[in-house]
Amino acid sequence: MSEKKQQVSRRQFLNYTLTGVGGFMAAGMLAPMVRFAIDPALQPQSKGDFKAVAQVDEITNEPQRFDWTIDQTDAWYESEVTKSAWVYKQEDGSILALSPVCKHLGCVVSWQGNSDYPEQFFCPCHDGRYYKSGENVEGTPPPVGLDIYEHKIEDGTLYLGKAKPREGA
Amino acid sequence: MMQRIYDWIDERVDITPLWRDIADHEVPEHVNPAHHFSAFVYCFGGLTFFVTVIQVLSGMFLTMYYVPDIENAWKSVYYLQTEVAHGQIVRGMHHWGASVVIVMLFLHTLRVFFQGAYKKPRELNWMVGVMIFFVMLGLGLTGYLLPWDNKAYFATQVTLEIAEGVPFIGEATKTLLAGDAEIVGAQTLTRFFAIHVFFLPAALFLLMGIHFIMIRKQGISGPL
Repeated sequence: MSEKKQQVSRRQFLNYTLTGVGGFMAAGMLAPMVRFAIDPALQPQSKGDFKAVAQVDEITNEPQRFDWTIDQTDAWYESEVTKSAWVYKQEDGSILALSPVCKHLGCVVSWQGNSDYPEQFFCPCHDGRYYKSGENVEGTPPPVGLDIYEHKIEDGTLYLGKAKPREGA
Repeated sequence: MMQRIYDWIDERVDITPLWRDIADHEVPEHVNPAHHFSAFVYCFGGLTFFVTVIQVLSGMFLTMYYVPDIENAWKSVYYLQTEVAHGQIVRGMHHWGASVVIVMLFLHTLRVFFQGAYKKPRELNWMVGVMIFFVMLGLGLTGYLLPWDNKAYFATQVTLEIAEGVPFIGEATKTLLAGDAEIVGAQTLTRFFAIHVFFLPAALFLLMGIHFIMIRKQGISGPL
């Protein structure tokens, strides 16, 4: 290898300088705009407060649908949104609250929604099915089981929080 | 890497003449501030274009949050200004840039006027420039209403009164602008939004294209 002196021509120098200064200006201009645009993705997730949904003595071994409303702040728009859950007492007496949102493409499932499949949750959009436990029936569109609401019981009242995906989903 | 991607494309569609035609041309000595400092007056056209680019970009980003509706316009502006990261900066760029672009446009016009650069064969380009000036004023006027605060509302009230003062077609013009014969409201806001964001920018891009093609075609005017 010969010891060749690296010559930077006047043209190259000007090219680099112009590209550098131009790039700096463009970045300075675009950085606030890009940060502005991606702001929603950087917002912390809402914690999802617990809301009173039902009295525990209303809950049976058969899944029942309970509706409740939450206050939702959507940027500059505040509204009340209705949420629902399929709630029942399991064999061991613990309460299971399932999200009605189908894990295939987000339609709404209902308990015994199709008379051909009693004892199952049924989604009318693409015939997705779930067992009573909320687990998906193999061979139907949903890839995983229904989300489960966080719940707590205080003074005989059931409070539900946020619907969480199942373990391993 | 970049060079190889460029070569790959160039080999197939021959893009070199395209960008050379746009970017590769001599800057005459009399417009180069390095030779004569007073030549900085030739920068105002380019600065107008630069600020216009900022206006277009910041405007595009602002519409991610803004809604042209009388119930929500003010709230959405307040939200993007107070809650969204860098909202003040992006709206500030659009707000101040709107004034700066008019100033630059005016300085550019003064330079062309006092140097007599509008004379034959460049009369057509002067006319297109005047049209760009009016489009810019239109953009400023329509954009002023969009925050839907008191200042915006009453400024537009006045604008519409002025439009109404035009003989014969005044009332029709006012109704067309406001979307209603009497109310300055929901339809005024949506109309001004549409004009500000779609119609006038389209006209502006077209006119700027013609303006620039003519400069390249005719070259910059000679030294005084």
